[in-house]
Amino acid sequence: MFEVRIHGRGGQGVVTAAEMLSIAAFEDGFYAQAFPSFGSERTGAPVVAFCRLAEREIRSREPIMAPDALIIQDPTLLHQVDVFAGLKKGGFVLINTRNTFAELGLGDALRDWPAGRLCTLAATDLGLKHVGRPLPNVPLLGGFAALSGVIRLESVCKAINDKFSGKVAQGNVAAATAAYALVRAAIETERQEVAHA
Amino acid sequence: MLKQIEGSRAVAEAVALCRPDVICAYPISPQTHIVEGLGEMVKAGAIAPCEFINVESEFAAMSVAIGASAAGARSYTATASQGLLFMVEAVYNASGLGLPIVMTVANRAIGAPINIWNDHSDAVSQRDSGWLQLFAETNQEAADLHIQAFRIAEELSLPVMVCMDGFILTHAYERVDLPTQEMVDAFLPPYAPRQVLDPGEPVTIGTMVGPEAFTEVRYLAHEKQRQALELMPAVAAEFRAAFGRDSGGLVRGYRLDDAETVVIAMGSVLGTLKDTVDELRDAGVNIGVLGVVSFRPFPSAAVRAALQSVRRLVVLEKYFALGSGGVLAADVQMALGKNGGEIYSVIAGLGGRPITKKSLRGLLEMAVRDELVQLTFLDLDRTLVAKQLARERQTRRSGPAAESILRDVHGTMARNEGKKS
Repeated sequence: MFEVRIHGRGGQGVVTAAEMLSIAAFEDGFYAQAFPSFGSERTGAPVVAFCRLAEREIRSREPIMAPDALIIQDPTLLHQVDVFAGLKKGGFVLINTRNTFAELGLGDALRDWPAGRLCTLAATDLGLKHVGRPLPNVPLLGGFAALSGVIRLESVCKAINDKFSGKVAQGNVAAATAAYALVRAAIETERQEVAHA
Repeated sequence: MLKQIEGSRAVAEAVALCRPDVICAYPISPQTHIVEGLGEMVKAGAIAPCEFINVESEFAAMSVAIGASAAGARSYTATASQGLLFMVEAVYNASGLGLPIVMTVANRAIGAPINIWNDHSDAVSQRDSGWLQLFAETNQEAADLHIQAFRIAEELSLPVMVCMDGFILTHAYERVDLPTQEMVDAFLPPYAPRQVLDPGEPVTIGTMVGPEAFTEVRYLAHEKQRQALELMPAVAAEFRAAFGRDSGGLVRGYRLDDAETVVIAMGSVLGTLKDTVDELRDAGVNIGVLGVVSFRPFPSAAVRAALQSVRRLVVLEKYFALGSGGVLAADVQMALGKNGGEIYSVIAGLGGRPITKKSLRGLLEMAVRDELVQLTFLDLDRTLVAKQLARERQTRRSGPAAESILRDVHGTMARNEGKKS
């Protein structure tokens, strides 16, 4: 079982992201279950959505309390919500920001993390550039495919075409593809730095 | 076809495959996505001939379903929570008149205090309404139960409520195998009413019945429920033969072999319970699960048969009768009579409180040691309750309990946040 928790704000497509992640996982042959945290969603309010992936039928319906991975769509949540609650040691963390983990003040908390598990991505910029709207959710999924290696970029693109059509779908595919390349490059750079250290 | 799909969408597509003639509904969370999906399909001509009737309330939705069904149309509606309560008078009429309407209830709590989240208060409040009530464990079963529901309803001329956990199922994306139109057509023949308003052969549906025959008419309604107990397993067996999977029926056991302790529940919590029971089995505890699919009629004989030689039962339900206790627990107790062993009643998941494996495991470990009291409220915060009771003892005008408790909860959360930063 691989469990992902997505944090964001109402209007950023948090629930849609979890749903699309489940579709991508389904395309890759997994059993997948996505569900929101069922609040009375309001624009701007903190929102959480969950996605489980497994090789066999997923029966549990409890919220994800010890995630293997976190996707954080809005870095301002770091000061408002305990987004890291229950995160497994060494789990994947992908944050939508132009800053580094050190600049976000997270350097100490995640100091012992193995290489290739933490990444930041300017996903809102990618959304603006490719879709014309400041929506970070889809680029983050592309980035997550690169960071985690659990789902393929092709499957993320299939999920995009399942949810959207026409120009919006094309723009999102471009954003996810660009995000995938950026995260791949960042991980490769980090790997080389570790090798030289 | 296997799809990764939202539960509500899966149900909408399953209902569409049943070729309803009339759909009438009023939107209410968490049912909304189901009727929105069906509305789109009707508008696009994907279900034809079918009329989607927009109504001004749930009372109107059920009234339209009654009229349409009496006129010979296969009729469907869906609701939840306060919406179900608003249509109650018509709900009783639909069953009293023997009209085979199918209705989805996307289970949600009932206010006050207002709460949009899941529990079984809405459907269980209608347990005596004369509708058959089936509870789905997964979205696959929710979709399948609708196909079976039209069959059962029309065979018996009785309405069927398909209950699925609001949000937990309706808003969850998971894989669902949706059958083809040909498969459903082969399983569900066109609606052939047992009674119909026909100007050529006039009848009165809904005549007044006095003391001279009311008991007999009521008894016949009860007899119909008994017939349903025979029909449902047969329909489920036929469904398995045609569609290749188990859905529906009366009850479903899991790891009941040599089980000394059995947990009984309805709906989506069965999945979490099965995972918990697997853990306990690994730890050497002889424990199993019994899922109740048909809550009404209550399958007393099937429950008895499944629970022979069980030492203790834990009945876990997302509802309770205020001032009394567990409703499912009472039904189970009645079914088992004197030979039932210990029965522990547990109330859990009210108003959307998550039911976690951790809490379930702790609960069941206590049950196995016979340390549970007869009525347990899972994860109840006794400090909060005690605080409010103390306030009420102290001050006559102590204010609304719901508001006071919320203030305590949010105060505690704010203090915890303060500690963290």
